[in-house]
Amino acid sequence: MADTLQLDLVSPAKLLLSESVGMVVVPGVEGYFGVLPNHMPLVSTLRPGVVTVHDGVTDAARKSFFVDGGFAEVNPESCTLLVDEAVPVEELTADSIAERLAAAEEKRGSAATDEDRSAAEAALAVVAAMAEAMSAAA
Amino acid sequence: MASLKDLRVRITSVQSTKKITSAMKMVAASKLRRAQDAAEQARPYAQRMEAMLGNLAAGAFGQDGAPPLLVGTGKDDSHLVIVMTANRGLCGGFNSSIIRSARGLIKGLMDQGKSVKIYTVGRKGRDNLKREFEDHMVGHFDEFGRTVSSFSEAEHVATAVKSMFDASEFDVCTMIYAHFVSAMVQNVTCQQIIPFPVPEIEDGEGAGSGGGYEYEPSDTEILADLLPRNLAIQLFRALLENGASEQGARMSAMDSATRNAGDMIDKLKMTYNRTRQAKITTELIEIISGAEAV
Repeated sequence: MADTLQLDLVSPAKLLLSESVGMVVVPGVEGYFGVLPNHMPLVSTLRPGVVTVHDGVTDAARKSFFVDGGFAEVNPESCTLLVDEAVPVEELTADSIAERLAAAEEKRGSAATDEDRSAAEAALAVVAAMAEAMSAAA
Repeated sequence: MASLKDLRVRITSVQSTKKITSAMKMVAASKLRRAQDAAEQARPYAQRMEAMLGNLAAGAFGQDGAPPLLVGTGKDDSHLVIVMTANRGLCGGFNSSIIRSARGLIKGLMDQGKSVKIYTVGRKGRDNLKREFEDHMVGHFDEFGRTVSSFSEAEHVATAVKSMFDASEFDVCTMIYAHFVSAMVQNVTCQQIIPFPVPEIEDGEGAGSGGGYEYEPSDTEILADLLPRNLAIQLFRALLENGASEQGARMSAMDSATRNAGDMIDKLKMTYNRTRQAKITTELIEIISGAEAV
C-alpha cells in the first residue's frame, strides 16, 4: 500500500505544486475534506478556502495555499486540484485583501444585471475567505 | 553602372535595415522566452482539465439531459470557426499559414453546404479574411497582451462564444491556432471545442473512467461548472500557444532577414570596391598616356 499520494496543484497560469504528500486537506463545496492515499475516486467542486499539505495525518501542515475555487479530482494514487488562483497563505497581506475588497464592493455597487451582481457577490465571498485564512494563519 | 555615390547610399540603407531587423530579432527573442514560459506553464492545467473532463464526459455521455456544450445540439449544420492570428505582421509565414488553413477549412465546410460563421482573434486574421468572407464575420477580438495573454482575455472570448452558442447560432465550434513546438516549428492546429470531443474509452482500466467516481455535489452540477471553464481554458491555452508561436516565427523571420541584409552588404561592398579600383585605374591610364603623348 502506497503511503503517499501525488498532489498536483495547478492554476491556469502555472503548475504550483507537484509532489508526493502524506495528506492534503481540501476545501470542498460541502466542507473541508482530507485526502489520504487510497482515497476513493471523487470529483468535487471547491469553494474559496485553504488547501493544507501534510506529511502525515498527525503532522502539522507543511504548506498551505489559499485557493479561490476550482475543482478537485481524487484517485487512489493522486489528487489533482484545478484552481482559478492560488496564493501561499504566508504571502497574503492585509493591504492586498483590502484592495480586492474595495474592487469587489465597487463592482457590486455598479452591477447592472443579476449576473454581474452574483459575480460580485462571489468575489466578495472570496475576499472574506481570504481574510479569514490570513487571520487564521497569523 | 551605378556611381560610387549611389552604391554608398545603398550600403548605408541596407546597413540600417540590418540594424532594425536584428533589433527586432532580439526583442522577439526576449518576448519569446516569456511567451514560451507562459505557454508551457499553462499546459498542465489544460491537460489535466481535459483528462478530468474526459472521465466525467465518458460517464455522462449518452444520458438524457447531458449539457449541450458536451454533446452538441445534435446537428452539425452551422459552424463557428475561431481564427487566431497575431495583431502585427513581420513574422514570416505565421499569419498567412494560419489564414491559409482557415480559408481551406471554411471553403470545405461551405462546399458541404454548412453555414459558416467566423470569429477572428487578432487583427491580421480579420483584415485578411474580410475581403472574402465579410458576410460571415460575427465577431472580433484583438485586445490581447503584446507578449503574454491574460486569462481574462480568454474569458472574454469564451463568454462571447458561449452566448452565441446559447442563442443557438451555431452547432459546432472549431478554433485554428498555431501550436508552439519550437522557435523554428509552429504547427497550425484545428481543434474542435464545442461539442467537447469525448476521448475514446479505453478498455481494461475502463472501469475507472466515468464509473467509479463519486461526485460532490453531483455530476451534472460539476459538468455545468466545468464545461464553460474548459472552454475558457482551451481558448487561453490557444492564445498563449499562439503568442509564443508568433514570437518564434518573428524571431526566425528576423534572423534570416538580418542574414540576408549581411549578404547584401557584402555584395554591395564588393561592387563598390571594384568600381572604385576601376575608376583609379582609368584615371592612372589617362595620366600616363597623357604624359607619354607630350
